[in-house]
Formats: sequence, structure tokens, C-alpha cells
Amino acid sequence: MLSLRSGGSTILKKRHGVTEMNKGSKLAMGIAALSLLLVGCGKATSSSSSKGSSSEALSGKVTAVGSTALQPLAAKAGANFTAKNSKVTLTVQGGGSGTGLSQVQAGAVSIGDSDIFAEEKDGIKADKLTDHKVAVVGMAPVVNKDTGIKNLKMAQLKQIFTGKITNWKEVGGKDQKIVIINRAQGSGTRATFENAVLKGTDAVKSQEQDSNGAVQKIVGSTPGAVSYLAFSYFTNKLQAVSIDNVTPTDNNVETNKWKIWSYEHMYTKGTPDKATTAFLKYMDSKTVQDSLVKDMGYISIHDMKVAKDAKGTVTQN
Amino acid sequence: MEQTNFQLKKQDAQSHDEWDARLHRATRATREDWMGRGISYLCIGVIILVVASMLWFITSKGIATFTQNHVSLWKFLSGTNWAPDQGQIGALPMIVGSFAVTFAAAIVATPFAVGTAIFMTEISPNKGRKLLQPVIELLVGIPSVVYGFIGLAVVVPFMRHLVGGSGFGIISATFVLFVMVLPTITTMTVDSLRAVPRHYKEASLALGATRWQTVSRVILRSATPGILTAVIFGMARAFGEALAVQMVIGNAAIMPKNLISPASTLTSQLTTGIGDTIDGTLPNNALWSLALILLLMSLFFNALVRFIAKRGQLKNGR
Repeated sequence: MLSLRSGGSTILKKRHGVTEMNKGSKLAMGIAALSLLLVGCGKATSSSSSKGSSSEALSGKVTAVGSTALQPLAAKAGANFTAKNSKVTLTVQGGGSGTGLSQVQAGAVSIGDSDIFAEEKDGIKADKLTDHKVAVVGMAPVVNKDTGIKNLKMAQLKQIFTGKITNWKEVGGKDQKIVIINRAQGSGTRATFENAVLKGTDAVKSQEQDSNGAVQKIVGSTPGAVSYLAFSYFTNKLQAVSIDNVTPTDNNVETNKWKIWSYEHMYTKGTPDKATTAFLKYMDSKTVQDSLVKDMGYISIHDMKVAKDAKGTVTQN
Repeated sequence: MEQTNFQLKKQDAQSHDEWDARLHRATRATREDWMGRGISYLCIGVIILVVASMLWFITSKGIATFTQNHVSLWKFLSGTNWAPDQGQIGALPMIVGSFAVTFAAAIVATPFAVGTAIFMTEISPNKGRKLLQPVIELLVGIPSVVYGFIGLAVVVPFMRHLVGGSGFGIISATFVLFVMVLPTITTMTVDSLRAVPRHYKEASLALGATRWQTVSRVILRSATPGILTAVIFGMARAFGEALAVQMVIGNAAIMPKNLISPASTLTSQLTTGIGDTIDGTLPNNALWSLALILLLMSLFFNALVRFIAKRGQLKNGR
């Protein structure tokens, strides 16, 4: 009996909520959310800009925001760094390369993480920012295992992503429709892939996913699916595709035999404070580069035998 | 004698002044009243301020596409090529996608919701309250990311086997949204059915109508404005849902040709794109313009609800 009544009263409450107070309650919630957001932003802005002017023990606040591809490494390295420097507060957040670059340009964060060169992004004044390359990420086309594809020619890959080839049998696979899964426009991974493979041609319009994780899951489960992923996201449910018989391995990236790779950048603006400088130095140190970077599936910046500039020109080291 | 009289008078006057002051002084209750009112006004003021600044913010950001980047509004609304990085921002595919999933979900969900509501109010109110009520309340409480995940893991493969293609598309989004708007529409329909005056039902039954005749011709008829309101609230929820839809619709910014090919909605494009754009550039402004469309649509839905409520009231009054 009691439960009946309580059920009734909830319904009554709901009706009031919906018909009369709906706007009010919605607004109130919106405000709560907004004010939280504002508070959050304010905090980030004030804390991160430049507080670390103290001299003795390293202290201060470092905020690194941006690329989700770099986020796991930055977070892990950051945790190790703060373990050694207990007075430093280090926050690592995702949000995307675009967010990282615009936030660091606006001076809202100390470090902007990005998968792509600042020069490649419209609206970013690259000459105002300092680039710190902290790792290299190799990316490769991946297909669903059912397609029977293990190797593709570069030209074929380009034709697939521009929509000229639409069935796997045209490139030696099963008679199966090709399902292209792209990353969102403006994604760093997509930009790297398109620079290396499409070289200025526009990709055919297709599905877009906003993260490596989503791509990994969807390619693994969708018959005929093709996409591209960072090496660290390969699983046994996917087939990583060789291009012109070059396999996607770290060694091939280091010599540029494998062409689809990009730097992971940490951008700073102006003169970074002491804590930030120390953290960047730590990122470049042997401790991080020789163990952490490799453990987490990235390629060490120290191992690279070539260098790439913002225009994509590759030079031997 | 005279003197005392005078003194008394004086005293009288004095006490009169005192009483006057006392009576006109605000009592504690009055001050509490003022304070309560002040707090209320302050809250309202803050709310209005926040709403106004949100409206202003989204509008000013949203129209920057047209004022700063000089894209024509018509091209934005009717163009079908969405490639902000190349300066192409035709938003029609997303607008069509949003409306398609919204209407499809509402059309699928409404019969179920109305059926459930009739069961809960007319056929078996006891079971309705004991069993269905908690179930529906549970559905409301499930976070949208969970719906999206179930959609990705269950609905998408199911659709792939059922109709072919990749499984991503409007039809999968419709299914996920169907489950998400069902509780909204059901709860509100239940309320509007319960609000039908008892004597309508009694009169109908007294005239010899069967239960089905009473339900279909009297109760549903007089609850129609309420049910429409329920449907519109459901549609508003579907229109604004981002995450779950984004996970199953495939996010291809192309005009949807059928229900099983990947499409995108305003919200799904916003969530996938916002992290990769730079403040103040066209790709970013274009996303704000999409947000502006969303805002205007939710205002429209609210206005529609008010309109229907008003019409309904008039009808009942007659």
C-alpha cells in the first residue's frame, strides 16, 4: 500500500515538473553546470599562467591540455614527475589537439598537447609558440580481419579513401563492400594519415569517429571496415595493413620507410615557468624516452634517424 | 489639576508618537518577509542573467559564421557539403539527420508509450504502479552513454544482420532514441490520462459504452493535448541527445539517402568536431552555428508545448 502511494506521488511530482516548473528546473540545472564550468575555467586560467617564480624547491602548477593521443603518456610521465617533485601540481587533460593549441595560445594553460604542427592549424600563430617534440607516433591503416587484406599499394589505399575503390575484391580481398571509417575532420591522426596517403586529395565523405578507441572497436566488429590507428591501438581483432610490403613497425618509422607517422608535440607560449620547463626537460630525459615512451607504445624521439618539419619535408639526422 | 492634565496630554502625545513609530516600524516577520523576497529576486536575477548571457553567447558565436566569415545564411542552411576545413559549411545533412531521427523515434515510441500509459491507468493501475512505474523510472535514470554503448554493441550488429550495410545509420539511432524517449512520453501520457475528469469516464460507461470505447473515444480524446505535449517533450529530448546518437549513427556528414546508411546529426557533429577546432576560425564558428540551430529548435519546441497547452485548455473549457 505504501509503495503504491509513493509511486503515485512521484508521478504527481513529475507532472508538475514537466508542465510548470520544467523551464525553471532546466535553467537551474543549466546554471549549476555553467557556474561549475566557469569556476573550473577560472581556476585553470589563474593557476596555470605563471605562478612558479619561486626559486628553491621546484613548485607551481602545470596544466597540459590537448591531444588525446598524447594524454596517456603525458599523464603517466606527469605522475612520475610529481612523485619526485611533490610541490608541483600537474594536471593533464584531453580535449583534442585543437583545444590544446588554442588554449595554450590564449595563455590559459601552460602546455598545449598536439598531434600536429601548430603551423598546420589555421588560426594558430605558430611563431608565438615553442614546439617541444616529446614522442613519435606511427599510424597504419587497419582493416577488419574478414576482408582478407594484409598488404596494399599506396595508390590502392589512396583510391580506397577517395572512394574510387569500393569493394575489397578489387584489391585482392573478399567480395565485400568497403566501409570507410574516418576520424573527425581536424583530428590530428586524420591529418597525418591524409598528408601521407591522400597528399592533398579530399577523402570521400564517410563515417567519422572521434577517438582511436571508437575506431578500434568499430573496425574490429564491422565487416569490410577500414580505418587508421596509432600503433599502440592495434589488437588481434584487427589487421594492420602493410603498404607496398613495408610493415608498420617502430623500426620502419625510425628510418621513415614507413611514411605515416607524426610527432607528439607539447607547445608552450612565451617563456614557460620553472616547473613547466623542468617537466619538459623530464619528458625529454632518458628515463622517459627509453622506458616509459616505449612501454606505452610510442616511439622515442631519440631513436628517430630522420626529422620531419611542418611542411612534411623529411631530412636525415 | 490643569498641570497634570497638561502633563497627561503631553505624555499622551509622547506615547502616541512612540506607538506610531512602533506600529510603523517593520516587525521581525516583515523583515524576514523582505529578506525572503530579496533572496528570491536575487535568484531570479541570477537565473535571468545566466540565461540571457547564454543566449547572447551562443547567438554571438553562432552568427560569427555569417558576420565574420561571410558565409551566406542560405548556403549554410541549404548546402549539403560539410567540410569546414575547406570552407564548405553546408549544414543541411545534419539538420535533416536531426529531424529524421527525432521524428522517427517519436513515431515509433508514441504508440508504445500510449499503450503502456493506457495499461497503467485504465487496464491495470495496480500492476502499472507496482511494476511498470519503477521500470520506467529506471529507464529515465540510465545515462545516455550507457544507451549508446548498448546501441553500439547490440543494435548496430543486429541492424547489420537484419538490413545489411554497416549497421550504423538513422535506423540504429532511431532504435536507441526510441528507448530513451519512451519513458518521457509514457510518464507524461500517464499524467494526462489521469487528469481526465472522472465523470467523463463515468458518463461514458453509464451511456453503455464498452471499456475500449470509453478509452479510445473519451479518455484519449480529451487527453490529446497532454499526449501531444508528451510527444513534443520526447522529441525535444531526442533532438538534443548527443552522445548515444553519436555512437550509433556513424557521423557521416552526407545527406541521408536511406535509413541504413551512416548519417549525422547536429549534436553528433558538435561533439565529434569541437575538440579539433581553433577558437575564432571558421570550423569553430560553424559548430557554434550548429549549436545556435539547436538552441532555436529547443525554443521552438517549448513554444509549441505552450501553444498546445493553451489550445487544450480552451477546448476543455467549452
